[in-house]
Amino acid sequence: MKLPIVDHPTAAKPFVTNEDRSHWHDDALWFVRVKRDRQASSVPEWEYLRERASAIKTHTIANLGDYLEQFERNATARGATVHWAADAEEHNAIVLKILRQHGTERIVKSKSMLTEECGLNPYLEDNGIEVVDTDLGERIVQLREETPSHIVLPAIHIKKEEVGQTFHTHLGTDAGASDPQYLTEAARNHLRNKFLSGEVGITGVNFGIAETGGFVVCTNEGNADLGVSLPKVHIACMGIEKMIPSLADLSVFTRLLARSATGQPVTTYTSHFHGPKDDNSELHIVLVDNGRTRLRGNDTFRPAMHCIRCGACMNTCPVYRRSGGHSYRATVPGPIGSVLSPSRDAKSYKSLPYACSLCGSCSDVCPVKIPLHHQLLAWRGELVGNGLLPLSKRVAMKTASFLFQRPGLYRTAGSMGRTALRVLPHFVTHNRFNTWTKARELPKPPRESFRQWYIANRGNPQRRDSANGNATAHANTRSNGDAS
Amino acid sequence: MTVALFVPCYIDQFFPQVAVATLELLESLGLDVVFPDGQTCCGQPMANTGCNSDTAPVAQRFVDLFAGYDAVICPSGSCTAMVRHHYAEYFADDDPAFTSVRDRTFELCEYIHDMHGGRIPDVCFPHRVSVHQSCHGLRELGLGSQSERMTQRPDKVAAVLKQVQGIELMPLTRVDECCGFGGTFAVNEADVSAAMGRDRIADHSGSGSEVIVSADMSCLMHLQGILRRQQNRLQVMHVSEVLVGRELETTPLAAAQRS
Repeated sequence: MKLPIVDHPTAAKPFVTNEDRSHWHDDALWFVRVKRDRQASSVPEWEYLRERASAIKTHTIANLGDYLEQFERNATARGATVHWAADAEEHNAIVLKILRQHGTERIVKSKSMLTEECGLNPYLEDNGIEVVDTDLGERIVQLREETPSHIVLPAIHIKKEEVGQTFHTHLGTDAGASDPQYLTEAARNHLRNKFLSGEVGITGVNFGIAETGGFVVCTNEGNADLGVSLPKVHIACMGIEKMIPSLADLSVFTRLLARSATGQPVTTYTSHFHGPKDDNSELHIVLVDNGRTRLRGNDTFRPAMHCIRCGACMNTCPVYRRSGGHSYRATVPGPIGSVLSPSRDAKSYKSLPYACSLCGSCSDVCPVKIPLHHQLLAWRGELVGNGLLPLSKRVAMKTASFLFQRPGLYRTAGSMGRTALRVLPHFVTHNRFNTWTKARELPKPPRESFRQWYIANRGNPQRRDSANGNATAHANTRSNGDAS
Repeated sequence: MTVALFVPCYIDQFFPQVAVATLELLESLGLDVVFPDGQTCCGQPMANTGCNSDTAPVAQRFVDLFAGYDAVICPSGSCTAMVRHHYAEYFADDDPAFTSVRDRTFELCEYIHDMHGGRIPDVCFPHRVSVHQSCHGLRELGLGSQSERMTQRPDKVAAVLKQVQGIELMPLTRVDECCGFGGTFAVNEADVSAAMGRDRIADHSGSGSEVIVSADMSCLMHLQGILRRQQNRLQVMHVSEVLVGRELETTPLAAAQRS
């Protein structure tokens, strides 16, 4: 499928310029960020845990092949069937094949960003299978025929009044109802029926444990447990980066995950699955690569594989909070999404590494210490190297570099620029062609630069003879070292 | 002690009063300050755009110009962070000129706090002030504690400001939220950038502050642009201006001229 090229500023505009919605979204996510801060500060060894988690992930990713094979051996020994999928198509085909083998017509699926990434829902629906997302937020966006706008809070962009409208249309709730208690009850009853009629349960995986061949799914609604308890077939879809070596390692991550994600001390349900639940049941684990091995091969971006999908980087990102998750046009939005998306398709997602003020908050909030903002900066270098920076920006930077290497020219250009800003009428300098002035005034340009002031008040600046590196007194008359 | 003053390009061209205040402050600390000629820019605009080949010669020039001084002092956390943390890409690890410049380039408040005993001249600034911590100063240079990290660090900007007589530091709701400047981000993502700036201003206004003070004039340039568009009376000042005892303009006309 040929993806359209995402232009983040354009995609973000409707959301961010709707000030009420943008502020409401920003406040909702900041509330989560503050809850996270409170929880993180309650753990004295928080920074140590981050360091430990990062080290475990670095080790696991370095030895990923061995751990995956160990996981497969142990999972198989427990009676699970392990499948390997190189890409999204293969993943979807494997799932469909299992469903066909059981004559399945409807499935219940707990939240899984991997199945979103692979486009499993539309694929299965195209093949005549009814898919019910059982996570409340995911069910809401599914009913609205949208995609999740956040990896942990899929419907964070939707107000409760809008949920009421959606439920009124699809579930027959009272028109105009917006009471969360009432709406949640309605969703619970609706989903309860779906759980009872689901023939196969599909879940994602938060952590695969090589040592035991088991895996862990974390939910707050218990929907993963409900979804796989009744059907006799459970399919778990797992990205290969979800691997950790041992149960002892798991404790490091479960302490970090919920605190970072939602500011809870722990998720309500941390469910362990070790093999099929009984002799009449089947457990299928689909291990999915879909570009992960390629990411693993890249020295700069490899740490992005540490990601445990907590969403903390989104909650803290000032751009995400104001522009909304859909502005990224990607399964995973926000800072980590802006690192991962271009690694799949640099051309389509070339604007995402620039949808960032490089504030660095994401790197410091990340529980597994992915240097996110440094990776976004590195991506910019990659994009320029691949000729994907628009020509206008390329020329602007070339010109700036040229000027900054030539102090005399730089001074002349600066002087002309300041004079122009001073003498030209306001409407000439502040118009729609000047992006700066859409919402801001330009600085009032002074008559003299600092250098001019310095010469008038302190004499000539000090010159250096760069050939021998010695500082020289300023009272000489040689050329002042300009390259211009 | 001979220190070199590095004046970032936008301060040289648009905010010379900040460089003057920085120079006067350093001189009042008894330092022998020189202003090396031929300086332009640290290269950050190109580096942040990803144009590394355009950055390299500018970085090389900077290092050639500033190598050999006891210290290079810069009234900008962002430009200092560029030299200290992002120049490595353009030099050999053991290039003595590079390592010397990298290790001896300081942000102004950082220099006063770490290298000069934290003392400032006696000045008075009897106003309510809210401090805007720049992201690069905070997270790359560690000028203060970050709300994300569970480790405490001394707040170097506040520490020097607190010595000013009569000053009252006002608390913010989001202590270290980004203002939305971000260099070319302010132009690339104008809508998001401006929204961030307006929110930042609302927090500062809500604190009862009369003036936003920051160690980074770039953040203040962006915020000032929005304040003026809003015809908001809140003012901005660089920390150096407060530390040399510049007065806050109190008449509306004067305030309008300043901001």
